[in-house]
Parts: sequence; structure tokens; C-alpha cells
Amino acid sequence: MTRKQRRSVLILSGLAVLGLAAFLVLSALRESIVFFYSPSEVAAQSVQPGTRFRLGGMVSAGSLKKHGGTDVEFEIGDGSRAITVNYRGLLPDLFREGQGVIAEGKLDPGGRFIADNVLAKHDETYMPREVADSLKKQGTWRGGEAHAEPATQ
Amino acid sequence: MIVEIGHFALILAFAVACLQTGSVAWSMWSGDDEPRGIAAPAALAQCALLALSFWALIWCYVVSDFSVQNVFANSHADKPLIYKISGAWGNHEGSMLLWVLILAIFGAAVAAFGNNLPARLKSNVLAVQGSIGIAFLAFIIVTSNPFTRIWPAPFEGQGLNPILQDPALAIHPPLLYTGYVGFSMAFSFAIAALMEGHIGAAWARWVRPWTLAAWMFLTVGIAMGSWWAYYELGWGGWWFWDPVENASFMPWLAGTALLHSAVVMEKRDALKVWTILLAIVTFALSLMGTFLVRSGVLTSVHAFAVDPARGVFILAILGIFTGGGLALFAWRAPQLRQGALFAPVSREGSLVFNNLLLMTICAAVLIGTLYPLALESITGDKISVGPPYFNSVFVPLTLILLITLPFGPLLPWKRGNLREAARRLSVAGAFAVTAGIVALILKPGSSMLAALGIGVGVWLIMGALSETAFRVKAFAAPWPEVLRRLSGLPRSSIGGMIAHLGVGVAVLGITATSAWRVEHIQAMKPGDRIAFAGYEVLFEKVAAQQGPNYQETFGDFELSRGGKPIVELAPSKRQYTAPPTGTSEAAIHASWAGDFYLVMGDAAKDGSSVAVRMYFNPLVRLIWIGAVIMFIGGGVSLSDRRLRIGAPARRRAPAEPVAGQA
Repeated sequence: MTRKQRRSVLILSGLAVLGLAAFLVLSALRESIVFFYSPSEVAAQSVQPGTRFRLGGMVSAGSLKKHGGTDVEFEIGDGSRAITVNYRGLLPDLFREGQGVIAEGKLDPGGRFIADNVLAKHDETYMPREVADSLKKQGTWRGGEAHAEPATQ
Repeated sequence: MIVEIGHFALILAFAVACLQTGSVAWSMWSGDDEPRGIAAPAALAQCALLALSFWALIWCYVVSDFSVQNVFANSHADKPLIYKISGAWGNHEGSMLLWVLILAIFGAAVAAFGNNLPARLKSNVLAVQGSIGIAFLAFIIVTSNPFTRIWPAPFEGQGLNPILQDPALAIHPPLLYTGYVGFSMAFSFAIAALMEGHIGAAWARWVRPWTLAAWMFLTVGIAMGSWWAYYELGWGGWWFWDPVENASFMPWLAGTALLHSAVVMEKRDALKVWTILLAIVTFALSLMGTFLVRSGVLTSVHAFAVDPARGVFILAILGIFTGGGLALFAWRAPQLRQGALFAPVSREGSLVFNNLLLMTICAAVLIGTLYPLALESITGDKISVGPPYFNSVFVPLTLILLITLPFGPLLPWKRGNLREAARRLSVAGAFAVTAGIVALILKPGSSMLAALGIGVGVWLIMGALSETAFRVKAFAAPWPEVLRRLSGLPRSSIGGMIAHLGVGVAVLGITATSAWRVEHIQAMKPGDRIAFAGYEVLFEKVAAQQGPNYQETFGDFELSRGGKPIVELAPSKRQYTAPPTGTSEAAIHASWAGDFYLVMGDAAKDGSSVAVRMYFNPLVRLIWIGAVIMFIGGGVSLSDRRLRIGAPARRRAPAEPVAGQA
């Protein structure tokens, strides 16, 4: 084989791999990305039941109910609207009423959110970025006051 | 006083780094080789100063000096000593100081042990290494100074996030950073070579040990992080495709590619331009990982920083080094001599294919990691790209890579015969197919992907063993001959074989735990007994105890099998006082068959029952054992005499091709 032929074999196999990868990436991006909505956005965009999305906001105070030990029900609100969430499983350690949370799942036809995953992956000083952003947009952001930095020299 | 010494040493280190780079720049500009002699002593001094500075910071933590802002924000007097020490790098400022310290250690190692390097190359490498130091020291001093004082000094600190108070996480950052930062050596060598304008097999031999060491530490660092996530986060999973994990996985993929292309360059003097490019890209991905984790653009347990000024600063560093490196590459690379020829089916060809796939996988991970950030900044839509994306892209590409992997080492250089390689792999192939079928029989209803995964794992392990068997003529020659051949094998090829075997072991663990993991959630009352995954679990009682800096409620569970008690499991929920945070501690019973994983949730309102979640993760240990085997393989390869740092130099002009290398 000449140098030119060798190079074309290399280029063709490279293009084949890249083509396969591009196909996989594009089809996966179309099918498996999950949008994030606050309760108000769910109402405004009229998200259809059965569409998988992430719902984020604050766990409404006093809304947490437990049924039979492993089934829980709580509300996620953003100051103007709230959606009832049903979840079967253990809540994360950082889950607390009045704090930010993200639930992943689908709406049922009755407008309840059936979550299969609940994330509270923030630490004590800040909330999930998406939740903070959407609360800021709503004008109900109160963060940063309770955890003001101590004065530095 | 010690705080001021640490602070002063930090600033002095910055000045010395400027000297380290400036002296070489002066030499280049003036054509006088005298000043560049300062670079090596400067690199040693910079390392000593940063070690002093880092020691001072640790000292502040050990004695709980809360007049230091960083200690106040991240430590607490009641914390156990080990977490006081690890707290020094369990936060943004301290971890950046660790980052530059490791950078300086690598620089000092070149200065101290790089006597076999040509003087110009050595000082150029130190100059580039020094310039990275300048950028990051400036970053620390301007935006993230760990020695900032507060007045008046508080009496007590705020404490370290309890999930970071863990032995695995205490050593995870140093390991990971040694990996990340180690790739700076490959970058510095690449830039130095581009400045010189010529490069050859000798260059690859100098770079490979550094790249290999970095790769080894990154491998165990990632594995350690995954192990921590597995037992600490309580979800029973070991990899979440979290952006922070991807941030360390992308340099690993590129580094693996670099390691393999450097072999081609060392042995065959080919793929020079590509190897240089990979060295730049690998370090750029390490910098990007630092940017993603440190700038706070992502929110996850690792993101301590929420200050946008820092993000912009690191982004500038990333832009300057990546852009500058690539610009120099574009300018100088065309001048590099064309490499040796090889046929598509050959060792070189297989390594090119390996590189192509690794970098494609890396690009796919990069797209999945950055797409949500890009989309949000353009359209404002918030999305998450989770495991479904990564699984559907990563798995097929990786399977192609792994299925073709065992052919590579069996193909000779220059031109190979695929049929001959396949014949040598026939035993491995038979084992692999059998293993896949056995998996389908033992676990009826398993997916074909699971059977394929098991088959590929066995294929890799047996492929690595077959390769060695053929090299030493096992089963074909008398025993003394086999032993003689075995002891004559170069350590680098034994190391490669071990590392590939480790990949196979990890693939078995990944497949088994992904395909056959079972999960059960139930509310249990004391005295309740349930059967799960072949075990019986008896819930005895709930009790409370006081830890060093937390209150703990733990459950007492008896795990038994076939009526025989095996072990008492005590999953717990801890409530830390500083900062006031709750954590769940999983109880894990590990065996070769798999891990029994038990987590306790909240008690019901009336206190009568407790929610319990249990998993059985088959063969999950093999994932980390595989990573450790890869690490060992890297170590064996590193001990190869030809790669040893400071081994007697066989001096050659750097551009000369190396002839007669088998």
C-alpha cells in the first residue's frame, strides 16, 4: 500500500467512528435529556402528563406526609404555585421542609408529580443552582442573608 | 506567626516561579545560555516554599487557629485530628494550594532527577512548568488566599461538611490532583519540544514515565472517589455521570490515549504530531476539570466555590494555556518530520484505532457534560443530561474499543496479520463465548448486553493471559525455557498486560452490578424478618450513641444465610453539630459474590417502624479491584529500566530515530 492509500484507510476508519459517535450522541441527546421546570413553569408551559422532567423548588412547610413508612408525599412550591409530589423510597439526608429540592419523574393525569428520584444535593449554605435561579426570577429569593460571610480583615 | 510565614512563603513562591520562567525567557531572547541555569534551582526553591506554605496551613488546622478565615469556615475544634488535617484540602483555597504544591513537586522532580535530559530541553520544560505555577499562584493570591485573617477571631469554627469527613475522601484529592497535575509534565514537555522545533523517540521515552505516573494516580483517584460515593452517598451506585466525575474522567480517557500513542512514538518514531497534540489536549482537559469543579458553574457536593470572580480567572488560565499551546502547535507542528510508515493492520494501526476511539468517547463525554451549560447560557432552558445519555453513547463505543483491544498487543509492528492474531486469541474467544452463555443460563432473562459484557470481561482477561502465554511459549516449550522467557519479558509489556487484565476485571464488576443488582424498600418494625437476595435480615432494635462530633441513631440488623447468622449490620443516621447536618451511613457486608448494602431511612411519625432500603450489588468489588490492578500494571511498567527516571542515560540527539527497538 502506498502512503496515500494508508492515509485514506486511516481517514475513512476515523470518519466511520466519528459518524457512529455523532449518530449516537445526537440520538441520545434527542431522547434522554430532561428539562427542569419550576411549578409555575409547569403550569405556564402546560407540561403534558407522561413527559419526564425535573421539578424544582422549595418543599412547602408542613406538607410532608408519610404513608406506611416508605411512601412519602410532599409539595414543591415556588412562592406562587405548588405541586404535590409522590415518592416511594428513602428521602435524601438533606431533604427538609422549607428547603430546596429537585424531584425527577412524570406528572400523572391528575396533576400529581410521581417522582422516582429526589435530589437534595446541596450543602447547608446554598440550594440547587436551578432552584436558586428560578426563585430569583420569581422574586422570592432570600438566600445569602442567613449565611452572611463573617467580616474579613 | 506561622500563618504569616505560610503566607509569605506563598508570595515568595510566586516570585520564584516568575524567576524560573523569566530566566529561560531571558536566555531565549538574548541567546545567552547563562540565565537558564537558574531554572532548576528555582524549581527546587519553589517546591520547598510551597511545602512550607502548605505545612503552615495544615498547622493552622491542627491547632484550630480560627483567626484564619479558611480554618474558621472549614474546621471545628471537636473534629478528629485526621479530618482537621484533611480539612486543609477539603475546601477551595486549601485544595488549590495543594494543586500548586503538586505542580511544584513535579517541577522539582524534573530539576532533581532529569539529569539525562538535554540542558536546553530541561530548562524549557521547567520554564513552562513555572508559567503554570505563576498562573495558579496568582489565582490563589488574588482570589483564594487561604491565609486571610479574620478579626476578631471567632471562638469556634463552622466545621467541615460531614460527608467529607471520611478516610477515602481525605486521600482522594491528593491522589486525583497528582493525576490531574501530573499531566502538566506531558504538556510542559510538549511545549518545550515545540519551542525547540524537533522531537523524536527519546522525547517519548522522557515523557512516558511522567504520563504513566499521572495516569496511575488518576486511575486510583477516580476509583477512590467512586468507592466513596458508593458507600457514603447511600444510593448504592458507584458512578453517576455527574459533571464532577466526568471532569476527572475526560483527562483519564485522553491520558490513556496519550500513554498509548507515546508508545508508538517511542518504539517507531511515528505519530509525533498527534502525540504532541494529545499532550496539550490532556492537560487542557485537566485544566477544564479544575475549572468545572472550582468555578461553581456546576452544583454538586464538590463545588465549594460560588464566587464568579474565581470562575472567570480559571477560565482565563484555561484559555491562555490551551489557546497558547494550540497556537504554538499550529505554528510549529508542520515543521516536525514525518514519522515512520506502517500498514493499517499493525501494532501502530491498532494503537491509532485505540486513540481514535478513546478520544471519540472523550468528546462524547465532553458534549454531554457541557451541553446543559451551553444550552442554558444560549436559550435559558435548563436541562440535565443524565445516565441515559452517557449509557447509550458510552457503552457501544467502549464495547468496540474493548472487543478490539486484545488484538493490539498480538500484532507486530509495521505490518501484522489479523488472522494470525485471531488464531492466538481463539482460546480467549472460546472462554468469552462460554462465559456469556453461562451468564445467560445462570441468570435467565438477562439482557444480551449483560451476556456481552461478561463475555467482554472474560475476553480481556483471557486475551491478556493468552498474549503472555504466546510470548513465553507456555504449553509449547519446556518449563525452563518458559521461565527464562518470562523473566526476559520487558516490564513495560508485563505492565501493559496486567493493566489490560485489570480493565477486564473492572468490566466484569461493572456488568454484573449494572445488570443484576436488586433493590428492596420496606418499612420494618423491631423483630421483623425478611428474605432478600438469598439472605435473611432480622431487624433487632434501634439504639443511639454519641460519636466524637455527632449524635448517631443506628439500627441493629442481623444478616443470615440458610439459618446461619453471618454478621451484625448497623446502618445509622448521624446528626453532626457543626455544621448541623444529617448523614446516613450505609452498612455493607462484602463478599466475593457481591455486597449486601443496607441503608436506614427515617422512622415513621409514631416511631414504630423504620424505612429500610437494601441492595445486593453482585461482584461490585471487582470494579475497584480492577482499578487497583490497572494501577499495579502501571507501576510494573514504570519500573522498566528503560523508563526509570535517572537511569543511566544513553545519550542521543533528541531527533534521531531509535533503531533496533523490538
